[in-house]
Amino acid sequence: MSESDTPEIEDAEPLTLPLDGWHRARGGRMVPFAGYWMPVQYEGIIAEHTWTRERAGLFDVSHMGQLFLSGAGEDFQELDAAVEAVLPIDLATLKPGSVRYSLLLNDEGGILDDLMVTRWDSGLYLVVNGATKWDDIGHLREVLPDEVSLNHMEEPALLALQGPEAVAALARVTEGEVAALTFMKGGAFRIAGVDAWISRSGYTGEDGFEISLPGESAAAVADLLCAQPEVKPIGLGARDSLRLEAGLPLYGHDMDEAVDPVSADLAFGINRRRKAEGGFPGADRILPLLRDGAPRKRVGLALEGRQAAREGSLVYDGDREVGVLTSGGFSPTLGHPIAMAYVAADCAANGTGLSIDVRGKRLPAQVVPMPFVPHRYHRTGAVK
Amino acid sequence: MSRYFTKDHEWIDVSGETGTVGITDYAQSQLGDITFVELPESGASFGAGDTASVVDSVKAASDIYMPVGGTVTAINEALADAPELVNAAAEGDGWLFKVTLADAAELAALMDETAYKAYVAEL
Repeated sequence: MSESDTPEIEDAEPLTLPLDGWHRARGGRMVPFAGYWMPVQYEGIIAEHTWTRERAGLFDVSHMGQLFLSGAGEDFQELDAAVEAVLPIDLATLKPGSVRYSLLLNDEGGILDDLMVTRWDSGLYLVVNGATKWDDIGHLREVLPDEVSLNHMEEPALLALQGPEAVAALARVTEGEVAALTFMKGGAFRIAGVDAWISRSGYTGEDGFEISLPGESAAAVADLLCAQPEVKPIGLGARDSLRLEAGLPLYGHDMDEAVDPVSADLAFGINRRRKAEGGFPGADRILPLLRDGAPRKRVGLALEGRQAAREGSLVYDGDREVGVLTSGGFSPTLGHPIAMAYVAADCAANGTGLSIDVRGKRLPAQVVPMPFVPHRYHRTGAVK
Repeated sequence: MSRYFTKDHEWIDVSGETGTVGITDYAQSQLGDITFVELPESGASFGAGDTASVVDSVKAASDIYMPVGGTVTAINEALADAPELVNAAAEGDGWLFKVTLADAAELAALMDETAYKAYVAEL
């Protein structure tokens, strides 16, 4: 046997993260990912995937970049203005403790990264992708004015606790009303005697939390969380299958510098006022696409049977090549394969019947709405 | 009956002219949860080292190579509905297909169980 979809080969020896020894001691199978040794799985991807959908999974996402922007005056108006020149975000509507999805764009409207922006009392806290963080930092240093200071927080670890029972497990061990947070809200809490920033957010489509805490305390907190009956450690393999079911794109696969947010179906990352006013990188290209539509679009595809199609497989409408897969795999929750693809706009309507070429065989597929598996976020005003 | 192994982690049980092919327990443990097995058609002929089957796991698709040349005489129909059988019993009920050997002399290039165990221990 040989794997035809081997992971990217890393040039340099991967670095280790604060929980490296913790993962190994728990039986995690470590692989190089985004320049670090990361656990791809513990007991098995499907078991971990299902556990997260039904109970609660603990993910180590310490490879991600945690950045802090501050300075440029005490009232944050100058900081906000400087950041709005770089991101298509409306910071006037971002209240303290609120988290918002945004996009780092180049001048051509291509996506350099996607990120989460949180307003802290002292400035703006950003979480960016691990594989892109060094480029992001270089880009931000170049485009932000000198008055804005950018601090790369390399010390803290980042954990995600995801699943319907995450709130019960986390509330049991956390000082403060962490259960009172709603989706995309965060606050300062204490867990296992250490200060942590916890937000109700994640990358699985489930209710859950992301926890930024000192790296030196990460193992103790991970132990405490995994001692709760609801919680097991989960690897990157299930993280990928969970986010795919949730319809959440993965940077470097489902979008990159060559793709604009409209084609990527991520225009919600451009806030309403910014769509009206423009004045963000790439606006000259993106605003006409918002108005007229893009020639191709990221869509969800559901496959019949059990054979999965992978990234790079071509999509056909009859004999006409109309697109390409950017993610694909078997959905453990649905029991059939699913995929994300960029297809021509005239093939992007829900219900469109297409086919995918897998090693010379055409697999029938249908355009379906995303998420494939409904989100279960704990939104403001939601009934408990 | 004798069992032979390849460096690519296939096994073949040989009885006279007939061989039964599967992947090793080590292979299934490395692949993880298997979700689909693409089997060859009965009657198809392959040379040693040809791709005869593809095993899909949650992570990736993996080619399965013919240990020796031969013609497919039967496939494991149970895998269509239960590909996880390969995880549960890779070297038993999770066999993939049966072949008629083209040239039994090709078996000399394969490992026996002792040699394969030593090979895996080094990985």
